[in-house]
Amino acid sequence: MATYLEFIQQNEERDGVRFSWNVWPSSRLEATRMVVPLACLLTPLKERPDLPPVQYEPVLCSRPTCKAILNPLCQVDYRAKLWACNFCFQRNQFPPAYTGISEVNQPAELMPQFSTIEYVIQRGAQSPLIFLYVVDTCLEEDDLQALKESLQMSLSLLPPDALVGLITFGRMVQVHELSCEGISKSYVFRGTKDLTAKQIQDMLGLTKPAMPMQQARPGPPQEHPFVSSRFLQPVHKIDMNLTDLLGELQRDPWPVTQGKRPLRSTGVALSIAVGLLEGTFPNTGARIMLFTGGPPTQGPGMVVGDELKVPIRSWHDIEKDNARFMKKATKHYEMLANRTATNGHCIDIYACALDQTGLLEMKCCANLTGGHMVMGDSFNTSLFKQTFQRIFSKDFNGDFRMAFGATLEVKTSRELKVAGAIGPCVSLNVKGPCVSENELGVGGTNQWKICGLDPTSTLGIYFEVVNQHNAPVPQGGRGAIQFVTQYQHSSTQRRIRVTTIARNWADAQSQLRHIEAAFDQEAAAVLMARLGVFRAESEEGPDVLRWLDRQLIRLCQKFGQYNKEDPTSFRLSDSFSLYPQFMFHLRRSPFLQVFNNSPDESSYYRHHFARQDLTQSLIMIQPILYSYSFHGPPEPVLLDSSSILADRILLMDTFFQIVIYLGETIAQWRKAGYQDMPEYENFKHLLQAPLDDAQEILQARFPMPRYINTEHGGSQARFLLSKVNPSQTHNNLYAWGQETGAPILTDDVSLQVFMDHLKKLAVSSAC
Amino acid sequence: MNVNQSAPPVPPFGQPQPVYQGYHQSSYGGQPGSTAPTTPYGAYNGPVPGYQQTSPPGVSRAPPSSEAPPASTAQAPCGQAAYGQFGQGDVQNGPSSTVQMQRFPGSQPFGSVPLTPVVSQPTVLQPYGPPPTSAQVTAQLAGMQISGAVAPALPPVGLGYGSPASLASASGSFPNPGLYGSYPQGQAPPLSQAQGHLGAQPPQRSAPPQASTFTSPASGGPRMPSMTGPFLPGQGFGGPSLSQPNHVSSPPPQALPPGTQMTGPPGPPPPMHSSQQPGYQLQQNGSFGPARGPQPNYGSPYPGAPTFGSQPGPPQPLPPKRLDPDAIPSPIQVIEDDRNNRGSEPFVTGVRGQVPPLVTTNFLVKDQGNASPRYIRCTSYNIPCTSDMAKQAQVPLAAVIKPLARLPPEEVSPYVVDHGESGPLRCNRCKAYMCPFMQFIEGGRRFQCCFCSCINDVPPQYFQHLDHTGKRVDAYDRPELSLGSYEFLATVDYCKNNKFPSPPAFIFMIDVSYNAIRSGLVRLLCEELKSLLDFLPREGGTEESAIRVGFVTYNKVLHFYNVKSSLAQPQMMVVSDVADMFVPLLDGFLVNVSESRAVITSLLDQIPEMFADTRETETVFAPVIQAGMEALKAAECAGKLFLFHTSLPIAEAPGKLKNRDDRKLINTDKEKTLFQPQTGAYQTLAKECVAQGCCVDLFLFPNQYVDVATLSVVPQLTGGSVYKYACFQVENDQERFLSDLRRDVQKVVGFDAVMRVRTSTGIRAVDFFGAFYMSNTTDVELAGLDGDKTVTVEFKHDDRLNEESGALLQCALLYTSCAGQRRLRIHNLALNCCTQLADLYRNCETDTLINYMAKFAYRGVLNSPVKTVRDTLITQCAQILACYRKNCASPSSAGQLILPECMKLLPVYLNCVLKSDVLQPGAEVTTDDRAYVRQLVTSMDVAETNVFFYPRLLPLTKSPIESATEPPAVRASEERLSNGDIYLLENGLNLFLWVGASVQQGVVQSLFNVSSFSQITSGLSVLPVLDNPLSKKVRGLIDSLRAQRSRYMKLIVVKQEDKLEMLFKHFLVEDKSLSGGASYVDFLCHMHKEIRQLLS
Repeated sequence: MATYLEFIQQNEERDGVRFSWNVWPSSRLEATRMVVPLACLLTPLKERPDLPPVQYEPVLCSRPTCKAILNPLCQVDYRAKLWACNFCFQRNQFPPAYTGISEVNQPAELMPQFSTIEYVIQRGAQSPLIFLYVVDTCLEEDDLQALKESLQMSLSLLPPDALVGLITFGRMVQVHELSCEGISKSYVFRGTKDLTAKQIQDMLGLTKPAMPMQQARPGPPQEHPFVSSRFLQPVHKIDMNLTDLLGELQRDPWPVTQGKRPLRSTGVALSIAVGLLEGTFPNTGARIMLFTGGPPTQGPGMVVGDELKVPIRSWHDIEKDNARFMKKATKHYEMLANRTATNGHCIDIYACALDQTGLLEMKCCANLTGGHMVMGDSFNTSLFKQTFQRIFSKDFNGDFRMAFGATLEVKTSRELKVAGAIGPCVSLNVKGPCVSENELGVGGTNQWKICGLDPTSTLGIYFEVVNQHNAPVPQGGRGAIQFVTQYQHSSTQRRIRVTTIARNWADAQSQLRHIEAAFDQEAAAVLMARLGVFRAESEEGPDVLRWLDRQLIRLCQKFGQYNKEDPTSFRLSDSFSLYPQFMFHLRRSPFLQVFNNSPDESSYYRHHFARQDLTQSLIMIQPILYSYSFHGPPEPVLLDSSSILADRILLMDTFFQIVIYLGETIAQWRKAGYQDMPEYENFKHLLQAPLDDAQEILQARFPMPRYINTEHGGSQARFLLSKVNPSQTHNNLYAWGQETGAPILTDDVSLQVFMDHLKKLAVSSAC
Repeated sequence: MNVNQSAPPVPPFGQPQPVYQGYHQSSYGGQPGSTAPTTPYGAYNGPVPGYQQTSPPGVSRAPPSSEAPPASTAQAPCGQAAYGQFGQGDVQNGPSSTVQMQRFPGSQPFGSVPLTPVVSQPTVLQPYGPPPTSAQVTAQLAGMQISGAVAPALPPVGLGYGSPASLASASGSFPNPGLYGSYPQGQAPPLSQAQGHLGAQPPQRSAPPQASTFTSPASGGPRMPSMTGPFLPGQGFGGPSLSQPNHVSSPPPQALPPGTQMTGPPGPPPPMHSSQQPGYQLQQNGSFGPARGPQPNYGSPYPGAPTFGSQPGPPQPLPPKRLDPDAIPSPIQVIEDDRNNRGSEPFVTGVRGQVPPLVTTNFLVKDQGNASPRYIRCTSYNIPCTSDMAKQAQVPLAAVIKPLARLPPEEVSPYVVDHGESGPLRCNRCKAYMCPFMQFIEGGRRFQCCFCSCINDVPPQYFQHLDHTGKRVDAYDRPELSLGSYEFLATVDYCKNNKFPSPPAFIFMIDVSYNAIRSGLVRLLCEELKSLLDFLPREGGTEESAIRVGFVTYNKVLHFYNVKSSLAQPQMMVVSDVADMFVPLLDGFLVNVSESRAVITSLLDQIPEMFADTRETETVFAPVIQAGMEALKAAECAGKLFLFHTSLPIAEAPGKLKNRDDRKLINTDKEKTLFQPQTGAYQTLAKECVAQGCCVDLFLFPNQYVDVATLSVVPQLTGGSVYKYACFQVENDQERFLSDLRRDVQKVVGFDAVMRVRTSTGIRAVDFFGAFYMSNTTDVELAGLDGDKTVTVEFKHDDRLNEESGALLQCALLYTSCAGQRRLRIHNLALNCCTQLADLYRNCETDTLINYMAKFAYRGVLNSPVKTVRDTLITQCAQILACYRKNCASPSSAGQLILPECMKLLPVYLNCVLKSDVLQPGAEVTTDDRAYVRQLVTSMDVAETNVFFYPRLLPLTKSPIESATEPPAVRASEERLSNGDIYLLENGLNLFLWVGASVQQGVVQSLFNVSSFSQITSGLSVLPVLDNPLSKKVRGLIDSLRAQRSRYMKLIVVKQEDKLEMLFKHFLVEDKSLSGGASYVDFLCHMHKEIRQLLS
C-alpha cells in the first residue's frame, strides 16, 4: 500500500488535494454503500514554490455551460489545432496565440506536471489591499496600550500602498478621517442604532452629493478613482498621522458605573465598517479587523446587557432557550457577514478577554468571509501579539500570505456532481449541470466565494457519484474534476489557479479491494468530522454523535472482516485501521462536545477546524503526544493515560494548546534545582528539549497556540488529562497503584471500551 | 362731541378749510360763551384738523372752574364746534395759515427765525410756529386741552371743557386764536408748568388768541359749512369749525401774541409757559391738569369720520389740511415735562401706589420697601377694587417685570440674604417669601402673611422683638424686611434633583455652510471669539468665569470639537446622524477657557480654513439645538447655546422646513399662519431645552427667507434672544454683529429659572407675555434670563380688593447665577386700590399700557386675523377713553375729545402700534421681518417699546454745538424736518442720520468730510472721524444712543429726496404711512369717533 500512500502524498503536494477515496466506485448505489462520501480536502492556495505563475490567460472551453479550462487531461489535435474538453467533450479551436503549438512545443497547461497551474490576469485595474481596523476602546488601560502598540507596529508590516482605515468604538462609534491635517477628524455614530448601508454612506458623505465638497479640497491629489479616500489612506502617506492618532487613542470616556459593563457598540461598529467598504471599495480585497475586549452590550448585535449581575449566555442557557439576545445578534452578524461576503471583503475577529466576547454570535463574520478568528485572554499577551504579527507574514516570494475575494469553481466530469463544500466560504448560488440535488455542507452550487484565503485554508468538497448502476463506466475510465480558483493575490494581481485531477473508476463489486486500498482514512476522518461539525452547528450534540457512530458502524460492517456475531473476529485492513480511533477522539473533541466549553470557545474551535488543512485538522482531532525521557530519544507515545509516567516529560500539541508536562519525578528534580548543577547538565538538556520543540511549533502555527508549562499535580495539567484516553480511571481499580500511568478521574469511556462496543455492533446482524 | 355728526361725511381736512371762516365766527360766537366756562385744558379739537379744543380753551383759562360746566354745555351746542375744530385745522391749512404750517416743516420747519424773535418762548420745539400759524395752532390746542374745565377741582380730573367757551371768547378776538390753548393752562398754571410748556403760554393768550383763532376759522369758514351740513345744522358747525381753526393755527400765533396776550390773563403761568412754547396746547392740557397727574382731557370734537377720510369735499388743498399737529398731545412734550419735573429727585419707593417717572426720564431710585420701577412697572398704580369697575374701565391691569434688570451704577443691586440651612422664610400656606409687608404679631412670635392672611410661627432663630409700632426692631438690618428687592441664597431643596447645580456652560454652534463661509461670517466670528472668551460673565470679584465653553460647527452634519487641555490639537467629531442627535463626547467638549486656551485658539484658527472650500449649502437646525441640549444634559449643567445660522434648514433632518413665504396671505384669514411655526417639532424641542435649563440665543444671517417664525420658537421659549442680520456682509455689518455678540456673551444671565408671581387675595396673575415657557398656569419657566428680558403679567380680579390694604405683588425668581449659585430674587410691590374710577385714570402709565397692549396684540396675530387684532385694540382703547369720558370727565360737549392726563398719549402710541410692521406691513416688509419684530417685542421692557413704537428724532444742528446735553427731540413727523438741518432718528433697532438738502456746507464738511450735499454717500453707515466739535458731538451722541440700547443700532445716512428716504420716513410715525397707517391726526379723529359712538 505504500504506493497509495505515496500517491496520496504526491497528489497533496502537487495539487493540494486529498480525496477520501482515490479509486472511485463507479455507480451511485455503490458509492452510497461506501458510507464515507466521495469527497476531498482542497487547499486552493497551497504554497508551491516550484510553480511560477504563467503570465497569460487560460484557454476556456467554448461551450457556454462548461467553460472548463484547457488542462493536461484534454486531448489535443496538434495538427488541426483543436482540443477536446475532457468534461463536456466539446472540440475547441486554440486561440491565435497558440498557432505555434506542437507535440514538442506545448504550453505549460498541457504538461502533466502542471495539473495545477496558476495564471496571472493582466486585465482590470489593480486595487490596493485594504485594512480597516475596528478597535474597541472599552479596554483596560494596559490592554489598550498593548493593542495600540500592536496596531502601530502593524503599520510597518503593511504593504506601503495598502489603504488603511480606523474605526474605534465604545459607547459611540468613531470613523476616523485620515486625510486631514491639523485637526483630527472623525465621524461619530450612536452605538445603539442600526443603520442601513445607505444611511451609513450618506452620513459618511460617501454618496454622490457630498463628492463635490471633497473633491474641491485642494489636499492630496486623488491617486485612484475610488471615492472615499478620506477614511482609507495609503499607509505610506499617513503612517505618521495614524501612528499619532493611535497613540492618542483614549479609553472610552463615558463613565461606567459600578456593577455595569462598559457599553460596547460592536454591532454598529462592524456594520459601519462593512457599510464603509461596501460603499467605497466593493469587490476589492479588503480586511476588516475587529479588535474587541468584551461582549457587545448595546445596539444591534448586543450579546449581553450591561448589568454585570446578568452573566453572558452559557451552553446551559442556550439549551434552555434562555439566551435572549442570541438569535437577534446572530441574525445581525449573519446579515453583515453575508453583505461582506457579497462585496468580497473579509472580517477578522481578534477577541481578547477573560470572559466571553460574543464569538458565538459573531462567528459567521469570520466563517463566511474567510477571516481569522483569534481568541485570547488579553491584548497584552504574546499569544495575541505574535498571532497578530503572523497575519502579516510573508512567503518565499516576499508576498503576504493572504489572498482576497476568491471564487472557487468546481467542474466535474459527467459521472459526478458537486454536493457541497464545507469551509470558510459562501455559496454563489450558481446552478450548473454538475450541481447535485443532494446537499452536503454548503451546496446547491458549484461556485463559492472565499473572501479571505491563506495558503493553508482548506475546504472540504463533497461529491456525489451519479452514474447509474446499469450504465457502467468503461474499463479504465477516469473521472475528472477541475478546481478553478480566481483570486486577488496579495500583490494585488488577479490570478487564476487551476487544478485538474482525475481518478480511476472501479466497479465496487468486482474491485472492492482496489477501492478499499485507495481509501485515505486521514482525509476521510477529517471530511467526516467536518460534516459532523457542520451538522453540530444546527443540530443537537447527541444527534450528531449518534449519526457519527452509525456511520462508523456501517463503515466497519462494510469494510471489516469478521464473523457474524463474533466481535473477537473483527479486523480492519491497514487503510482503515486508524479510522475508529480518530472517531473516538473526535467524539471527545471540543468540536462536538460542548461540556466544559463556553459557547465562544466552541465557536472558536469549530472555526479553526473548518479551515485548517488535513495535518492540522488531524492534530485537532487527535492531539499528538511526545515523550522525553532519559530512556531514549523523544518519541511519540499513545495519547493515553498510561503514557503519563513520573520520569517523563510530555509534550502535547492539540493545535490550540501546547502543553509541556513534567512527570512527578522530573518535577521534583527540577524543584530540587538539579538542572542548575553542572553535573546534571543532561537533566538541563532534558528539560530544554521539549521547550525547543514547542518553540518550533509555536513559531509555525497560526493562530498561536496557548502555551502551557505544567507539571504533575499542577492545575494546568488538566489540559493534558482531559485529552488523553482515560484507559485508567477511578473505575477500573486494577490500575490503581500501578506504575503504568496516571488515573483520570472521569466517567468517559476509554478507547478500549469504545472499540469493544464498536466490534460488537459491527458484527451484530441487528443493524 | 358734536363733531361726530360732522364726522361721517366730512372729509376732514379738506372741508374744514372752506368752512372755517364762516364757521368760526359763528361757532365762536356760540362757543365762546360756553367755552369760557370750561376753562380748563384745551380739549383736543377735532382730530382731523386740529383739535377743536380751541373753543374750550379760550374759555377754560380764565374762568376755569366755574366755566367748566358751562363750557361743556357750550361745547355741546358747539358740537359743531368740534367741527369747527376740524374746520380750523383745515382752515389754517387751507388758508394762509395752513399753508404756512406745511411749509414750516419743509423749509423753515422750526422756523427758527420766527422763534428766535419770539425769544420768550425760546424753548426749543416751538420752532415751527411761524408767527401766524403758531398762533392759530395754539388756539386750537387750547381748545383741545379741554380738560381744563374742571381744573378747579384738580383731582377730579381735568376735563376738557373750555374749548367752547374759549371759542366764544376767542371768536370775539379773532386775532388771538392761539391763545386758547393757553387758557387751560392758565388755570392750571401751577401744575401746568410741569406739563406742557406750551400750555403755559397759551393760557394767557388763550383768551385773546382764541379770538384770533376765530379768524382763522374764518378762512375755514367755507368748509365748516359743508361740514355742518352733514352734521348739525348750522349752529353746530359754525361753532366747531371755528374752534378747530383755532387749534390748528394757534401755535404759531401764540408765539407772538403770547407775549402780549399772555401777560394779560394768567399772570403766573406766563413765565412757565413762555419758556415753553405756546404752540403746544396739548401739553398745556397736561399742564392744566394740575399736574398731569390728573387727567387732562382733550376734548377734541371733530368729526371722526371726516378726519380719517382725509380730504373730503373741500378738497381744495391737496395738502391735506388738518388739525394742527401741534395742537394735539405731543409725546415729546410729555417726555420733556416729565424729565424736567421728575428727573431731578430720586424716586423713593416707600409710598404705596406711587406712579414712577416715565421710562424716558433719568432718575434714581431709592428702595424703601417697594421694588424699583426698573424691575416692575404697572399699567396702573391704583387698582379698582372690584372686577366690575375693572371691566368698566377696560384698563388692563398688568405689570411689566424685568427681574434681573441692570441698574445704573449709582444704585445698589439687591442684597443677598443667606438664611442658612433652613432656607428663606416663607408663608406656610401660599409660600410667599418673607417681605416688608408681612405683619408680625404676638410680640414677634408669629407673622401674618400679607398675601393670604395665614398666620405662621416665626422660627426661633428668626425671632425678634417688636418695637412700639409693631415693627421688628431689626427691620432695617434685614433686607427682606425693609427693601422691595433682595435675594435669598437657595438651599439644596430649591435645586434640580436636589443637587447643587454645576456652573453653566456656553456652547457656540456655528453654521459653516457655503453662505456662512462666503460672507466671511465664520472667519469674523472665530477671530472675535478668541478674545471674547476672556469676557465671559463672572460673578462678584472672581477672577475667572466659572462658565465652561464648547464648540460645534455644522452644515447638514454636526462637528463637535474636543478641546481638552491635554490635547495638542483639537479633535473634530462629525455626527451625521442628524435624525437622532447625540453628543459624541463627554470629556473635553466643555472646557474651562483658561485651561484650554491654546487648543481653543488653535481650533478657532482652523475652523475657517477647514471649511474654506466647502460647497455644502444645506443646513440643519433642530438637530443643532438638540445636540447642544444633549451636551448640557450629559454635562449635567444649565447653559446657553449661541447659534449662528444662515439659511432655511432644508436638509433632511428633524425640523426640516420648507419655504412657505407667501405674501398673498397678507390680509387674509390665513395670515396668522405666517407667524405660526411650520412644525410642532420646535415646541417639543424647546420643552426639552427648558427642562434642561438650556437657553438658546440665535444669530441669523439670512440672504432670503429663513422662516424666523419657526426658527425663533426655541429661543423664544427658552428665554433666549434672536438677532437678525439680513444680507450680512462683513464690511457693513461687522460692527453691529460683533457689538451685539459681545454684549450678548458678556451679559449677566441667570439659568434654569422659575418665576412665580404671587398676589394678595383679590387679584391673580392670569396671563403672561414674554420669552419663556409655561407648563402650568402659574410658573414661568425660563431656561435662561438676562437683564434685558421682560415678562409682562396680566392680573384679573377674583375677589374684592380693599382700599385699606391695597394690593400686593411678589415676584419670586429662582435661578442659577452664572457662577452656578442657586438664588431667589424677590421683588415686592404694593399698589393702591380705589373705588373711584378717576383714581384709576389718574394713576395710569401709558407707556406700560402700550407695552402690554402691543404684546397682547402681537400674540393675537398668532390666532386671529390681523384686522381683528387691530380692531380689538382700537375698541379697547376707545372703551378706556370713553369710560373716562363718561365717568370721570366733567360733562362737556359730546364733540369734545377728552383724554385723561395720564393717557393723553395713548392714541398716538396706539396708532404707532397699529401701524407697526406686524400689524400693518408695508410692501417692503418681509415675512421674516415681521416675525422677527413680533418676537422681539414680546420680551421688550417699557423703555424699549416706548422708543420702538415712537422713535426719537433728534435735531443735531439746532442747538449750539457746545451744549453737552442731548438735543431735545422733535415729533416724528416729516413736517418737523427742516431741510437745512440734520437729524438723528432711533427706535432701539435702527439709527438714521437724515441730512436735509440745504444743509450748510460747513456742516456737511465737518460731519462728512465732503464738500457738498451731493457728495455725501447715501446709505453710509459710518461717519468719518473728524476732529471738529460737530463731528465729535454727533459721533458722541450716536455712541451714547447706542449705549442706551440693548442692541447695536447700525447707522444709515439718509439724504433728503434720496431713495433711502422712504426707509426713513417709515419711522416718522405721526405721518400717514405708505402701508395705509393713519397719521396721528387722522387716528385721533377716528378714535374720537369711536368714543362718541360708545358714548351715544
